[in-house]
Amino acid sequence: MTAISPTDHAAARATSIVAAEAQARARLRKRHALVIGLRLAILVVFLGLWELCADYNIIDPFFFSSPSGIWEQIWSWITEGTSQGPLWLQIYVTLEETFLGFAIGAVGGIVAGIILGRNKLLADVFSIYIKIANSVPRVVLGSVFIIALGLGMASKVALAVVMVFFVVFANAFQGVREADRAMIANAQILGASPFQITRSVIIPSAMSWILASLHVSFGFALVGAVVGEFLGAKQGMGLLISTAQGAFNANGVFAAMIILAVMALVVEFIITRFENYVVKWRPAPFNEQGA
Amino acid sequence: MQSQTIAAEKLSPAAPPADAAIAIDDVTLRFVTPDGHMMTAIRDFTMTVARGEFACVVGPTGCGKSTTLNLVTGLLRPTTGNVRVMGNPVTDISRDIGFVFQADALFPWRSVIDNVAAGPLFRGTPKKEAYEKARDWIGRVGLSRFEKHYPHQLSGGMRKRAALAQTFINQPKILLMDEPFSALDMQTRTAMQDELLDLWSGLKSSVVFVTHDLEEAVALADKVYVLTAGPGTVKSVYRIDLPRPRVMSDIRYDPKFIEIAKVIWNDLREEVQLGQSRGLQASH
Repeated sequence: MTAISPTDHAAARATSIVAAEAQARARLRKRHALVIGLRLAILVVFLGLWELCADYNIIDPFFFSSPSGIWEQIWSWITEGTSQGPLWLQIYVTLEETFLGFAIGAVGGIVAGIILGRNKLLADVFSIYIKIANSVPRVVLGSVFIIALGLGMASKVALAVVMVFFVVFANAFQGVREADRAMIANAQILGASPFQITRSVIIPSAMSWILASLHVSFGFALVGAVVGEFLGAKQGMGLLISTAQGAFNANGVFAAMIILAVMALVVEFIITRFENYVVKWRPAPFNEQGA
Repeated sequence: MQSQTIAAEKLSPAAPPADAAIAIDDVTLRFVTPDGHMMTAIRDFTMTVARGEFACVVGPTGCGKSTTLNLVTGLLRPTTGNVRVMGNPVTDISRDIGFVFQADALFPWRSVIDNVAAGPLFRGTPKKEAYEKARDWIGRVGLSRFEKHYPHQLSGGMRKRAALAQTFINQPKILLMDEPFSALDMQTRTAMQDELLDLWSGLKSSVVFVTHDLEEAVALADKVYVLTAGPGTVKSVYRIDLPRPRVMSDIRYDPKFIEIAKVIWNDLREEVQLGQSRGLQASH
């Protein structure tokens, strides 16, 4: 047997690697710029066409509004305030209802999901009632809450809570059920008490399920709050929409819609940040590696 | 068979002595499947592990090898017969037990050091002391540079090292291992076997090591239990008199080792064939 050693061109290889890396990086940058450019182009074309069609009356701006009309509406709300007070107050009221409902619903859903996920008897007993409660169209409950809790904040928060609770509950429950058996047995043998198992095995392993549901359910909380305001309120974005609708003010409806979308996007961004912080132990998904 | 007298002495299964570390005495375990059938996992099973002894259990797939381990932990209760650990009947999960799993049982959301410190922390050791101990054990398995890494950042072999440290930090008097190295490649497995023997010789715990790999069993054990195809019972017991300390990468070329492995394989082969033909029938 003879050992064969590869011939060595270390220096030449090193320089060619550096060059190849620089090329690859340039390609990545170019692609990134292309994606951003195309996104902007689509937005400009879309808004431009909408504006042109409205200007030449191809679509009726009275019903379908126009980008410039919407912008004027938003600007006047910012500078002069809305018919029901300053715009910031409406945003603040809606956000407060949304956050309160989201927090109460999420915490309730997580706690209930973990308790029922850990206790087979409770799960078997209550699952039927949860199924029944979940099948009630929740927006209808809004009317019940308005009658029972009045036009103030409580009725909107209650509607947001029921919108959020079931989604988070279902995910937390599933997450607890999916916790790895070997991992639980490992903790048990290492000396963990049932409470320690729940805290250091069950909850962390259910966390990715719970976080996934938080993304969706924040949107639901916002829907709950806005629909609640729609049905009857003294303040808030929902009321702003319903007033604009009553006055056949399409600009107002679209403007409120865009403000709500921006609010949802900002909060979504914050939740994603929080999620990345909480589950930093997770391997990065393949397509994000090296980005 | 003359060769048995050389190094692999065939023992007759006898009632366990009172001072044994693990004594499984004439145990049968049946359970009812979800569709209402009665299944016998193991029957008339007797096994003794003396203090400080390394016992391996080999047998065909599905013969109840892992069941024997769960009897010792108390996660499963025998239908008839009794199980004693350190002289006491098994009632709850004993603090004396350590368990290394086949699958990855590290907590993926904890770094290596948090994983290794888990045992002492669960058992109420103060935080500072637990982490000092953890650091020491991480050093012993050669992972000091990877303390802060998460399991997904480690290779399979490194994860197994972390799992060993996590188990050994509790200094278990009884060590149960369920095919712990079966998912590793050949070279890593050999290294891990050496690592295990090294850690074990420092701790002198009593080990039950379940494997389907006969050579692994012979190389590691003082005593090898061969099980029959399911429902499993002990077919024969061999004492392995190879000198210690053993070096895994060399021992497999030792003529004595090869001879022992051949003798036991003759015994095991028919059970494996039986188990396989049943498996084929079941799948058709």
